[in-house]
Amino acid sequence: MAEENQNGKNGNRVSLLQRVKAGMKEDVESLKTDLPAKAKEQIDGLKDPTKTQVYTSIFRHKHDDTPRNRALGVLSNVFLHLHPAKINRDAVRYSYTWGMGGITFYLFIVLTFTGVLLMFYYHPSKIQAFRDVLYLEHDVPFGKLLRNMHRWAAHLMVIAVWLHMFRVFLTGSYKKPREFNWNVGVILLVLTLLLSFTGYLLPDDQLGFWAVTVGTNMARATPLLGHEGPFGPLLHMTPYNDVRFGLLGGSIVDANALLRSYIWHCIGIPIVASIFMIVHFWRVRKDGGISGPAPVMLASEVKEKR
Amino acid sequence: MDWRQLWDIASAPDNVPIVGLMPLLAFYIYLGWKQARATDALIGELETSPAMAKTHHRKTWPFRPGWQKEVHVWPFLLRIEFLAAIIVTIVLMIWSITLNAPLEEPANPNLTMNPAKAPWYFLGLQEMLVYFDPWIAGVVMPTLIIIGLMVIPYIDTNPLGSGYYTWKQRKFAIGTFLFGFIILWVAMIIIGTFIRGPGWQWFWPGQTWDHNRLIYEVNRDLPDLFGITSNLAKAIFGAVIVGGYYLLGGFILHALFRRYNPKDYQRMSLLQYSIMMFFLLTMVALPLKMLLRLAWHIKYVWITPWFNV
Ligand code: HEM
Repeated sequence: MAEENQNGKNGNRVSLLQRVKAGMKEDVESLKTDLPAKAKEQIDGLKDPTKTQVYTSIFRHKHDDTPRNRALGVLSNVFLHLHPAKINRDAVRYSYTWGMGGITFYLFIVLTFTGVLLMFYYHPSKIQAFRDVLYLEHDVPFGKLLRNMHRWAAHLMVIAVWLHMFRVFLTGSYKKPREFNWNVGVILLVLTLLLSFTGYLLPDDQLGFWAVTVGTNMARATPLLGHEGPFGPLLHMTPYNDVRFGLLGGSIVDANALLRSYIWHCIGIPIVASIFMIVHFWRVRKDGGISGPAPVMLASEVKEKR
Repeated sequence: MDWRQLWDIASAPDNVPIVGLMPLLAFYIYLGWKQARATDALIGELETSPAMAKTHHRKTWPFRPGWQKEVHVWPFLLRIEFLAAIIVTIVLMIWSITLNAPLEEPANPNLTMNPAKAPWYFLGLQEMLVYFDPWIAGVVMPTLIIIGLMVIPYIDTNPLGSGYYTWKQRKFAIGTFLFGFIILWVAMIIIGTFIRGPGWQWFWPGQTWDHNRLIYEVNRDLPDLFGITSNLAKAIFGAVIVGGYYLLGGFILHALFRRYNPKDYQRMSLLQYSIMMFFLLTMVALPLKMLLRLAWHIKYVWITPWFNV
């Protein structure tokens, strides 16, 4: 037909206008029928949001209660995947682990959160520090609660780490193959205490000042490296070049000590501790998960190496 | 009895954690002990009946054939973790609402706090300052504690008792740890917190802190008691005493260890054995030095021009 039209012979030639009209009619028709149909289909689809592309891109598996999905719920979640899918049925008993490792970690998170909020209000300088704490206590909304929570969570964390170490010892969980993780733990213990200690000075009050003075005075007596320590004077140690000077950034607890404390407390140690925690949790898994409750072994069953 | 004084100490905000630590520790010792007793009873049964040892699932908790050995982490573990997080949060909230963090006067180098105390978790080390010079209490001891903890897995050669609470199979290890943790660490902290007052003097709980109290204590050094005067002789004498302690003490411990722990003794290499002996003797030396000081007012045992012990 197109050819005929072109040739202009005996054709019922359709005018351009008519063709356009017909086309538009079709378009309008499709708006009337297709659009509502599509809309209906898609609204129906929304009634089951788990079918949307957004949803399936976030959640990578179904959630009906099947063993497979329970496992996937843990394994496909970045925060939960440190856990295995299944564990020893008695390992979930509170009486075995006392939950202390987990509680320590949770307190660390609480401390990070409250600590960041405190940082918004705190300047690590001799002029401002104490006033900032007063300001927090009296003017900042919930500032007192914030400071209290940070303080008590820190104390609780120290207690929780000790109890965690205690239970790890009592259950013999440091034995093969977990020797290395016990050592990572010891480092975490030291870091926890150091975190607590560096934070003590920050309010810049009498309590912190004298606690840190007492604490760092001991560094004077470091053998070889302290100016009052054994052999220190032989190595030409003075109050102005020994380890204590390095710790405090001066020969007395003053502005530099405050700044150093602050940086160790808010940046240095938290980063190092986080790294060690990552290794710690990773090793718990790699060492075969929680050590027990394991079947008891009898003395007669020990195979002695010869 | 000065209840007011006692209350002031126990309710000082930064001391509250220690007041809380004591019942917590008691509870967890009880919890561990209870499970250890149950396991030990099971071990006893299994040891006497080989038939049972073959079929038993070897845990103190009930188990029936057909039960699953493993459970899903979700929900069985995660629900406990979430619950624990909620409980900890609530406890922390209540604590933070009811008790304020301490804030003293602004730092003032010219106004000494008396007593000037380290944070409570370091009070054990501060207490050691009474008996030892700062380079030992403040530097050597923390280092030894850290190293000592780190070597534990490498010197404990006992393969039994991994993954369950027991006393019977690990008497020596657990006894030593309890001595170190409870007596040498926690008890010293409690003394430092509740008993040490102004001038780091000993005030019984409930005794009023007397800021002017002076104690005339004449401390002597061990060499003086033997009438040794020359510096060289003092140094040699001290070295002999300290060396003698490690040798004689080591011998006694050796005699005991190989009698009561023959298997561990056989399993241990010479290096493991000497490291263990060193740490054991050093731990035992602390209460001995404290005794010397408290009972006979002896300050130093070993005096040299560079350091005193
Ligand atoms: C910041 C401090 C620490 C954190 C956050 C932490 C966290 C954890 C967590 C969550 C677990 C899993 C089991 C449980 O909850 O008990 C664990 C296991 C373990 N931790 Fe820690 N821990 C810390 C410090 C320590 C310390 C001080 C030690 C020992 C000196 C230690 C040694 C171990 C060992 C050996 C295991 C494996 C236990 C087993 O398999 O039963 N950790 N830790």
